[in-house]
Amino acid sequence: MFKPLSLAGFALAISATTSMAATNITWWHGMAGRNGEVINEVAQKFNAAQSTCAITPVSKGTYEEALASGIAAFRSGEQPNILQVFDAGAATIINAPGAVIPAEDLITQAGYTFDREAFIEGVRYFYAAPDGKFVGMPFNSSAPIMYVNTEALEKAGVEAPKTWEEFEAVAPKLKEAGYLPLVQSQLTWQFTENFFSRHNIQFATNNNGYDSVVDTKINMTDPNLVMMFTKLKAWADEGYFGYYGAGWNDNQKLFEEGKAAFWIGSSGSFGGLQKTAQKPFSATFLPYWNSIEGAGTNTFIGGAALFAMSGKPEAENKCTADFFQFLTSPEIQKFYHQATGYVAITKAAYELAKSEGYYKEKPAAEVGIQQLMLKSGDWSKGYRLGFYPQIREIMEREYGRIFAGETTVEEALKTIETEANELLARFAKTAG
Amino acid sequence: MKRVQFSSPYLPYLFIAPQMAIIFVFFYWPSVQAIQSSFYLEDPFGFGSTFVGLSNYADALGSVQYQAIARFTVVFTVLVTFLSLGIGMLLAVKADAVLKGSSTYKTLLIWVYAIAPPVAGLMGMMFFDQHIGPLVKLAGFFGWDMKVGLNYNDTAIAMIIVSVWKQIPYNFIFILSGLQSIPVSVREAAAIDCRSGVRRFWTMTLPLLAPTAFFLLIINMTYSLFDTFGVIDVMVKDKAANNPITLVYKVYMDGFRGNDLGGSSAQSVILMIVVFVLTIFQFRFIERRVHYN
Repeated sequence: MFKPLSLAGFALAISATTSMAATNITWWHGMAGRNGEVINEVAQKFNAAQSTCAITPVSKGTYEEALASGIAAFRSGEQPNILQVFDAGAATIINAPGAVIPAEDLITQAGYTFDREAFIEGVRYFYAAPDGKFVGMPFNSSAPIMYVNTEALEKAGVEAPKTWEEFEAVAPKLKEAGYLPLVQSQLTWQFTENFFSRHNIQFATNNNGYDSVVDTKINMTDPNLVMMFTKLKAWADEGYFGYYGAGWNDNQKLFEEGKAAFWIGSSGSFGGLQKTAQKPFSATFLPYWNSIEGAGTNTFIGGAALFAMSGKPEAENKCTADFFQFLTSPEIQKFYHQATGYVAITKAAYELAKSEGYYKEKPAAEVGIQQLMLKSGDWSKGYRLGFYPQIREIMEREYGRIFAGETTVEEALKTIETEANELLARFAKTAG
Repeated sequence: MKRVQFSSPYLPYLFIAPQMAIIFVFFYWPSVQAIQSSFYLEDPFGFGSTFVGLSNYADALGSVQYQAIARFTVVFTVLVTFLSLGIGMLLAVKADAVLKGSSTYKTLLIWVYAIAPPVAGLMGMMFFDQHIGPLVKLAGFFGWDMKVGLNYNDTAIAMIIVSVWKQIPYNFIFILSGLQSIPVSVREAAAIDCRSGVRRFWTMTLPLLAPTAFFLLIINMTYSLFDTFGVIDVMVKDKAANNPITLVYKVYMDGFRGNDLGGSSAQSVILMIVVFVLTIFQFRFIERRVHYN
């Protein structure tokens, strides 16, 4: 009795899904919490806005896990239409031609016009081919910025520093007022990759790795970087800087609780921080060393981009293009920007948010975009290095050892350089 | 043992076929693939691979980092195996001696086993949290500024404690049932001959427990080498940084996080060889001293 019934139900379910006749596309991402919810909302908006395509977002865990799942799926021919790949994984996917259809090609083939100039300066290069063609579609773009505990500043009677020199001047006062002056959440992104871009210093040979994978060498023993980490270690010893391991949240926590005065986080942390911070806060640019010549240039985008995986039917690719087009529309960009705190990637979206007075109401939300739009230099556009997730792991390990007192700054940076160069040579072999 | 007669000579093969199929699909096939890809350098998306001979092995074994992780793995495995076996045995012997309310004791000691390794890791992580962990506060009470996740040794200690804690109930169950299978007559005879409980344990109980203990030794070593992955992953919060990790975790980091398939395959083959050698050693040299009935 039950069997025919359940069979009938099954048939009904099938006919119900096919009768919609929409082309289904999937989107694998590595976002969780509030940011993951916003992704679902964006997908719902797209599905509601038209009826030919239906997108299904699937969370694959962290950024690293999303990339690993995407690769495994591609190898077995089960890849999603869209894969979100984070900044450090960009070289892995861009150096595998044939794995993805460049976003720009996909969009123009679908009959849309693609205007690179519509995107703000800081996001144009990181996920693009050397000739400037967009390979990945910048999605959640962020910049490392400094969040400021305004109450701490008032109590200590100081201003938020623009440079690290100014930080050194205010740190003792903040400490005296009972605050931990500085915490950060990612030494690799904030104090290494963006250190090079903020100070306009070359990070790697071959044009920071953009031109070729062959014989690319990383510049970790740069005297300025040595100076930065020597200072950080000294600050940690004096109680001006707190390091709580490589985990993002362990470090952010002290700022949320109002115990730390400054926290270097992501512009994308803004949305979550509005809910979790127990004290009023504002934000300002990532500080730089005034003593380094040419410093003060922009930072490049962090976060992640969306890649259209190859090997999909024409109709689905068209839907992916439609979705990319939808995603970059000013309204959706503005929605995403305001819901998460990630930077609006198009000029139009930025202008729209500005004209509505959003930044008057929430000045902290504008800091990331402004920092990306600062004057750029030869070395401020980012990097493209293979096996970079592993190189970051080496950095995390050695940085941890610096603050645990197990090694010296010079020794640690030299170790990173040696091991990273070995990995880069290995990557050149796999790509060759 | 009873000899079973099958009507057809093929029937027994048919019966073991499902088991063999599972072993083939989930063990032999991946093993062969791992061995094969360990000789290649492969681009992550599988577009091309270059034969590099033994250079993946040379890279791994020659790396100072890999050697350090291997040393930690040895220390970790030895400590976790012996501590969890030792404590499990102590608790089992004591619980066996309890007459009143023994089932309550036993249940309380066993229930931890029902906790999945990642959950155990999560609980361990909370106990040892830098900001709110009660065990960190306890350590601070004794003047020990414990920094789990930051200090190599502190993290190692926390990992060992959580891994041992997780494994004790397993050993407890087996040793307890082993103890209960020792005939009462033997115990009574021993009690008449020898007053010292400690001595009775070493000369009578332990030899009779040897088959169970040997089985547990192998199981515990495999546990420390492989099954502690979940505990480690949760405790380092996905960012190994300068925290101690075991060889299995390194395979995962290089293969699944770093997308270096050749290198990580070579490492897993190295592990396979280690386990192979260990098993042969155990069965040839240790099992000879174990008496089954």
